[in-house]
Amino acid sequence: MSIKDIQNEIIDEFSMFDDWMQRYEYMIDLGKSLPLIDDQYKTEDNIIKGCQSKVWVHADMIDDKVVFTADSDAIITKGIIAILIRAFSNQRPKDIIEADTDFIDEIGLKEHLSPTRANGLVSMIKQLKMYAIAYQTQLQ
Amino acid sequence: MFPVEKIRKDFPILSRKVNGHPLVYFDNAATSQTPQVVIDSIVDYYSNYNANIHRGVHALSQEATDAYEQARQKIQKHFNAKKTHEIIFASGTTHAINLVANGFSSLLKKGDELIVSALEHHSNIVPWQMLCERTGAILKVIPMNHDGELMMDAYDNLLTEKTKLVFCNHVSNALGTVNPIEYIIKKAHLVGAAVLIDGAQACPHIKPDVQTLDVDFYVASGHKLCGPTGVGMLYGKEEWLNKLPPYQGGGEMIAEVTFEKTTYADLPHKFEAGTPNIAGGIAFGVALDYMNGIGFNQIASYEDELLQYATKQLMTIDGLKIYGTSKEKTAVISFNVGDIHPYDIGTILDKLGIAVRTGHHCAQPIMDFFKIPGTIRASFSFYNTKQEIDVFMEGLKRAVLMLS
Repeated sequence: MSIKDIQNEIIDEFSMFDDWMQRYEYMIDLGKSLPLIDDQYKTEDNIIKGCQSKVWVHADMIDDKVVFTADSDAIITKGIIAILIRAFSNQRPKDIIEADTDFIDEIGLKEHLSPTRANGLVSMIKQLKMYAIAYQTQLQ
Repeated sequence: MFPVEKIRKDFPILSRKVNGHPLVYFDNAATSQTPQVVIDSIVDYYSNYNANIHRGVHALSQEATDAYEQARQKIQKHFNAKKTHEIIFASGTTHAINLVANGFSSLLKKGDELIVSALEHHSNIVPWQMLCERTGAILKVIPMNHDGELMMDAYDNLLTEKTKLVFCNHVSNALGTVNPIEYIIKKAHLVGAAVLIDGAQACPHIKPDVQTLDVDFYVASGHKLCGPTGVGMLYGKEEWLNKLPPYQGGGEMIAEVTFEKTTYADLPHKFEAGTPNIAGGIAFGVALDYMNGIGFNQIASYEDELLQYATKQLMTIDGLKIYGTSKEKTAVISFNVGDIHPYDIGTILDKLGIAVRTGHHCAQPIMDFFKIPGTIRASFSFYNTKQEIDVFMEGLKRAVLMLS
């Protein structure tokens, strides 16, 4: 599935809920299915800056695709990173770099998109794209 | 009975909604809300007598200067300083601390010792660390116990003839502990050390008397006292302020300038280079009038009622732990529930219109001491109510249910 298809799938799932509480509960549930980062990568270096909670992200290149794993010590943040990774993992670096993130707005998490927000959603997106750029550079 | 309903009408922001819910504002330790009289004083200044102060011959400048200097007198009276020129306007507590720390650069030598408490906000740690780097002085720390109280026997042992300065907050921002500053000041003076007390967190609840305390420097922020942001004050004993060199150069702070030599103005202007926050200073004075009109004894006893009420309710939640259980504390409760991250709880409470602070509260050494990433901090003001605490408790229970 393309990034766009996955994002649309996520939008569909979230459209079933009419209030924020259900959306947050679903997001927390999604956090439980996050592909967890191996403990050896849970280092200071892999912590994403700009989050009040800790978020670790690791990336591997498997065949020609970037595979992300992550974790967080806060469960709402874990849900947010899980949604991002579901959309971006197992994709070609070029597609990750070019992908937009409008779907965040559409699933009712717009308030998290502000760059000054303490949860660092913007930093997370930037970090995932940075990994993709690094792998893309290796390919060339 | 404390007229809280009448008082709430003075604060326009308290009637707004956040995320569809009536605002419950429990982040007062970060900044207090502003009553209409204070807002009006700012509007009045810009509408009627906005002018630069001290140098003008025209009427507006004179009116503005009078109002600004009158505010200084109000601050002097509030803190009971002996002289008006012992009150220096600053942009806030952080600025005031930096002003003093910078001044001590020329008074310290290598091997001198400074003492800080384990309960400090970063703004009362970092300027002194920078001072130590510049001068070669050594920073020592008064430890705390698990109730969040400073250990005075350890403090006694830290004091030597090498001690030049002691700095400590009057009240801890992260835990609410009221520190025994009378004792700290008395003991420091016995070895000839000066003392700076950071009153940022104390002043919204306690009216300090700088002469009775015999403190050398006392600093506070206007925005925690129902005043605007960007204004604060430094009280310094005259003899100390005379010893310190100016912090910044510029207009206002000079007596005479030639390219060969500049002589500095007298106190307080020596420390007030450039055009100050005139409207802010005036509004700070109005805020002090407002709070004194209610009365600090009344404020303290009502806030203590809120603190006891909230503490009792919080203790009924399974797995909830309060950090900072000192006998003397202000209306601040720092806590965690089980191993739920404070950020998660703060996010859910925000969706319910409840404003609390989460994180390390700019006091990482305290969080390291308790081995936690941070806490949720609910801090109350005299315009909060028990009903709001009930709403907060309902929200908290809902959050815990969602997050467990």
